[in-house]
Amino acid sequence: MNGMGFRQSNAWLHTWSGLLLGWLMYAIFVTGTISFFRDEISFWMQPEQHVSMADEGTPERVLSAMQKMAPDASVWSVSLPGPRDAAVRVQWFDQGEKPSKFGGHRVALDAGTAQVLPQRESRGADFLYRFHFELYGMPRIAARWIVGIATMMMLIAIVSGVITHKKIFADFFTFRPRKGQRSWMDAHNALAVLSLPFHFMITYSGLLLLMFMLMPWGVQSAYNGDMRAYFNERGARVTATAPASHDQPFAAPLAEIGPIMAQARARWPHGVDHITVTSPGTSQAVIELRERGADSLLDRGRSERLQFDGVSGVLLESVPPPALSPVTATYNVFSSLHLLRFAGPWLRWLFFLAGFAGSAMVATGLILWVVKRLPQRRKQGSHIGHHLVERLNVATIAGLLLAVAAYFWANRLLPVEMAARADWEIRIFFIAWASCLIHACLRPHRQAWIEQLAMVSILYFLLPVYSFIYFDTHLLNSLAAGQWLVAGVDLSLWAVALFSAAGVWFLRTRQAASKRSSGAATTVKGRSYAGL
Amino acid sequence: MPGAAADGDAVSYRWGVAMRALLAVAGGYAISALCTASLALAFPKDRAQAVLGATMLSFTVYCVVAIWAFSAGTLARAWLVAGVLAAVPAIHLLFAWSLP
Repeated sequence: MNGMGFRQSNAWLHTWSGLLLGWLMYAIFVTGTISFFRDEISFWMQPEQHVSMADEGTPERVLSAMQKMAPDASVWSVSLPGPRDAAVRVQWFDQGEKPSKFGGHRVALDAGTAQVLPQRESRGADFLYRFHFELYGMPRIAARWIVGIATMMMLIAIVSGVITHKKIFADFFTFRPRKGQRSWMDAHNALAVLSLPFHFMITYSGLLLLMFMLMPWGVQSAYNGDMRAYFNERGARVTATAPASHDQPFAAPLAEIGPIMAQARARWPHGVDHITVTSPGTSQAVIELRERGADSLLDRGRSERLQFDGVSGVLLESVPPPALSPVTATYNVFSSLHLLRFAGPWLRWLFFLAGFAGSAMVATGLILWVVKRLPQRRKQGSHIGHHLVERLNVATIAGLLLAVAAYFWANRLLPVEMAARADWEIRIFFIAWASCLIHACLRPHRQAWIEQLAMVSILYFLLPVYSFIYFDTHLLNSLAAGQWLVAGVDLSLWAVALFSAAGVWFLRTRQAASKRSSGAATTVKGRSYAGL
Repeated sequence: MPGAAADGDAVSYRWGVAMRALLAVAGGYAISALCTASLALAFPKDRAQAVLGATMLSFTVYCVVAIWAFSAGTLARAWLVAGVLAAVPAIHLLFAWSLP
């Protein structure tokens, strides 16, 4: 900028690019962070399925149940229970139906009995996952563009933010509490630097996941825009095909699954994730097993598959995956880091905490924008833009947490047999969020913060308490049984409650302290901002 | 910086910000698109990999142009350098398309 140094102009860019899309970035960060535990939360949102307990005999039990439920299906697809989902999810397709992810017949089975489990009509955590890159209620492509643009601005805000802070590592060890604007600045810097590699990685890889939509010009110039030709040539889409047979199929019993599973378990350290049976009950049956959680980042967490003859149970020849070039490997590393398909529980938690720090970094940055302008506002009076930013800060930062809590409550409280139940869960999410915006506009700024954070704290605290009354898998039982899948979500809800309660306590004690020291000096137009 | 004393300064400040924002947003996208298209053609032996690498790099290009747009000393210099950055891949593309 004219008359500004390099660092100054980057500070300017950081401030304004950060403010313009900060709220959207916060929403993307929070819902994206929650999505690291998408399967776990979706399972938690199906409390009737918590009874499911897997054992050695589960695959056999499930396949014989499939034989009774869907003897004439063209394909059975069975997701076995694992550490992130305790129920068996089965899907089957009728003859002539094209297998797809969301088509066919789908039910959840109890891993212990192979009985069909009741299923609450709910989008589960998938709604939050989709929201983080497709928002809601608008055309998918438009939403992805908006998110893509926000992500690009996030990248610019990160890079310009790093340039702005020349003492970046010193900043990390600097925290000056109770100094108003300085403290917010220090918190923002520490959170940003603490997980800077994560922020950079998650932002850049997010762009890469949308890149052929955002930047199609490479494919355009080299392939005349023919995406399919490009993907074929890159060999990105490897489809396993069952060996084709031209003989007329005849009825034949399915091979024993036990020995097949044993072979696969011996080969794969994390066991088997998925069983697909094509043409079950015929002479052409093929059983395909998929490995659970491959460890390598290079192949996009693509798991190994083994195919067995469905009648004799003999291992069939498998096609080895194509060799990887360095460029493809780089792409795969970035995208699997974002999707986190490969991670075990500890790494998943680390990413979750880094995502939490990222959300907090965006939040403190937005608050800092307001706090930094307070001295000027005391002298010159407030601009309407200042009020707008304050309102939006409360409604976004506290309001989104409240809306997620409302979504979970809707999942618990809406009648199971209700029509369009899943839609109502989502409607309640948005009604709660909109109410937060109205509330933030009606109440004085700090009161709005305190009241919304207190509400967040109460709602999250009571969710596990509700389970004590209505479900068998409440914390006492789940902890005693070592059911960490359910207990982990309940304990995390309490952690959020504790965190918001700390926020309320902070705001209230600061308010009391500032009233004691200087009553009038910190009041602008009848509102006190001392604690912020 | 904000808070310019005279009205004329404020107007030229806003004009400057608008033109730099235009360069960052539209120019940044144009330059990264040109670079991607050009790099994708630069390695005909391994076309698919070139496309993948070029597309991945495009966001770095965009980021650099955006930061440059706001940090260049004068508005004229910001646009001039960006013009040169756009010209290189543009010329390459013109040659690549005109030759059989």
